[in-house]
Amino acid sequence: MKKRIATVSLAGCFGCHMALLDIDERLLDLLQSVEFDRSPLNDLKKFTRRCDIGLVEGGCCNEENVHTLREFRRNCDVLIAVGQCAVMGGLPVMRNAIMHSEDPLRECLETAYLNSDKIYNPSNRIPNDEALPLLLDKVYTLAEVVKVDYQIPGCPPSGDTLWYTLSALLAGKPVELPYELLRYD
Amino acid sequence: MAVKQPMNDQERVAFIDQVCRRYQFDRSRLMDILLDIQAELNGIEAPLMEAVAQRLSITRVEVEGMVSFYAFFSAHRQGEIVIRVSNDIVDRHAGAEEVARIFSEELQTPIGGDSEDGRFSLEFIPFLGMSDQAPAAMIGATILTRLTPEKVRTICARLKSGVAPSDLIEHYGDGNNAHPLVCAEVENGIRQRGDVLLCEGIVDGAALDSALRRTPDDLLAELSESGLTGRGGAGFPTARKWRVAADTAAERRYVVCNADEGEPGTFKDRVLLTERADLMVEGMTIAAYVIGAEAGIIYLRGEYAYLRAYLEDVLRQRRERGLLGETIAGREGFDFDIRIQLGAGAYICGEESALLSSCEGLRGEPKNRPPFPVESGYLGYPTVVDNVETFCCAARIMELGGAWFGGFGTGRTTGTKLFSVSGDCARPGVYELPFGITVQDLLDLVEAPDAAAVQVGGPSGQMINSGQFERRLCLEDLPTGGSVMVFSLHRNILEIVDHFLEFFVEESCGYCTPCRVGNVFLKKRIEKVRKGLCGAEDLGYLQELGKTISMTSRCGLGLTSPNPVISTIRNFPLVYAALLKSNGDGLEPSFDIQHALEESRRLAKRRSMIYDPTYDDA
Repeated sequence: MKKRIATVSLAGCFGCHMALLDIDERLLDLLQSVEFDRSPLNDLKKFTRRCDIGLVEGGCCNEENVHTLREFRRNCDVLIAVGQCAVMGGLPVMRNAIMHSEDPLRECLETAYLNSDKIYNPSNRIPNDEALPLLLDKVYTLAEVVKVDYQIPGCPPSGDTLWYTLSALLAGKPVELPYELLRYD
Repeated sequence: MAVKQPMNDQERVAFIDQVCRRYQFDRSRLMDILLDIQAELNGIEAPLMEAVAQRLSITRVEVEGMVSFYAFFSAHRQGEIVIRVSNDIVDRHAGAEEVARIFSEELQTPIGGDSEDGRFSLEFIPFLGMSDQAPAAMIGATILTRLTPEKVRTICARLKSGVAPSDLIEHYGDGNNAHPLVCAEVENGIRQRGDVLLCEGIVDGAALDSALRRTPDDLLAELSESGLTGRGGAGFPTARKWRVAADTAAERRYVVCNADEGEPGTFKDRVLLTERADLMVEGMTIAAYVIGAEAGIIYLRGEYAYLRAYLEDVLRQRRERGLLGETIAGREGFDFDIRIQLGAGAYICGEESALLSSCEGLRGEPKNRPPFPVESGYLGYPTVVDNVETFCCAARIMELGGAWFGGFGTGRTTGTKLFSVSGDCARPGVYELPFGITVQDLLDLVEAPDAAAVQVGGPSGQMINSGQFERRLCLEDLPTGGSVMVFSLHRNILEIVDHFLEFFVEESCGYCTPCRVGNVFLKKRIEKVRKGLCGAEDLGYLQELGKTISMTSRCGLGLTSPNPVISTIRNFPLVYAALLKSNGDGLEPSFDIQHALEESRRLAKRRSMIYDPTYDDA
């Protein structure tokens, strides 16, 4: 029976999803053994049934990220953090460095929308539509919010890294990645 | 009391010039230079660092590196009187926190800060070496013990009225603690005198006399027969250490005595330094004779500065009697002299290569090994570094023979050992007992009927449970440098573990990443366990991380710092089990979405669409 895979991008840039497409024609091989459930690749917004594997790109910077991540944890047997943002927080986590402020979140928003000379914001207001999810006090990695089974490093992990990892997982074998696929300097 | 007028800038620079001159502008004496400046000016501010650097022709950052490394140096001007409250676990259990709080209130000085009038500074230090008479504090160089709230209030009142710290002492301790050059309130706390070190009637000079009638090779054979191993805890055979130093070709060699017992719960060297100083110096002198050294150093921990004048006097008297200095005991060509190097509050300097760094006027960072200090130690010359107790034992062996000494103890760990026992027992203090005694026998002696856990070997050792009290104190089973801390049923094991980790985080020299960062991670995860926010897999994480730190750290500190965690997981599994949560839902129990959203709700002035269920009703 084909394994079901779900994917999502939280506080990420979709770069890891693009990297998944970088496995090129091997996508056809992959589709021989898996079926995609909830994923931006097929635009399914909800889980249709329980999945074997969940691939999550990006960390958690707002409440919706947390909500989605928890849904993934509930609906996937194996949950994989894909890429630097999911594993360590990535670029968004830089805002956690505002740690010596009395009011770090306000400082972050004011710098982003009001106080920098590099921005164009004629309304001079911080966006606050009620449809916007509330930001978390800081950026959390996936493992800080739910139990994560595997982490694939990289920004993004290359198509090969993803391909070898998924193939090994589907075959039930430990993955042996060549050194070149795991060095980033 | 005569009020000391603060120096103006010109006078301070002149003073620095005078101090540097005192040490012949020798860069390797930077430790002493900074100690003198700190003592006189209560701090080593940036312009002073610059002035020192110029005079020694080094960079300012080298001086700053020293000032920031050692706890007893301060880059800002501290109060005239610095109060340091011992913060080890036994002192804490005895009320150190309350003591510090009362000091803080009475002297209007924040803990970790200075009073506004610049008279006082108050801080915690990791371990004062007085846990048999806890809680204790160091005021200036004066040590006050068995502090109670009333006693602290009286002390504060007297300090405020201008009484000097040394005049705060109301009665002197026993033995040499009452010596005019010591005048300390400290009690020796000798509870059991054994046959080797604490026995009465040790004849001064007998060991040296006996040694000088034989050749160095004979003495090495004697030492080898005794089976003496290093008393600091690692248990390296002393004869082998001396042999390598003697056999390494070099222009000169050094003998260094490690009197920096910083392992929390160890205070037996304090007693030896007070009561057996001559024996220790004799041991060093014999070592010098064996390896052919002309100079030696006693590295005295800063906390024991109150013993310095006395020890200097012991050295002076020995020089006068021809037992130190040139042509020792009339033997032509046998010259050996000793200087005392005071430390400045760094635990890591108990590690021998870090201790040598400190003697060389560097940050107390361990050196790469090999080469070992016996091959390339102080200033690059072969150096024998031994513990106070080891030198004392060596002297006794030269007097009474290796076979006599080897008759005590077990097969691999010969002789007697000084155990410093503290914590929940009726008779804390120093016990000299043969190696191989069981923990239970020791507990009976110290009267600890409700002991539930015993920390053997200090925080870097192991914590054992009551089912293991039949284990023996020796290298073959439970090694210890002397620290034995007893904890009753009422103590919280994980609070103790957490405290030990705090100690290691604080005392890591920061040179290598596994130790600098790893210990912080260990501590964070233990805090999480204590809050009941961990699952079973977190124990796996702690064990894995502990193993990594042990395997990859540069020196003994990181090698042993995970021990509190590893040994309690092994020996007190139920303590952990009671706190673990099973997270069957796969959610991380420590993540609190309500807390994470609070700030955002306040800034956005609205509630969450997802996590505030009553939103629609509003």
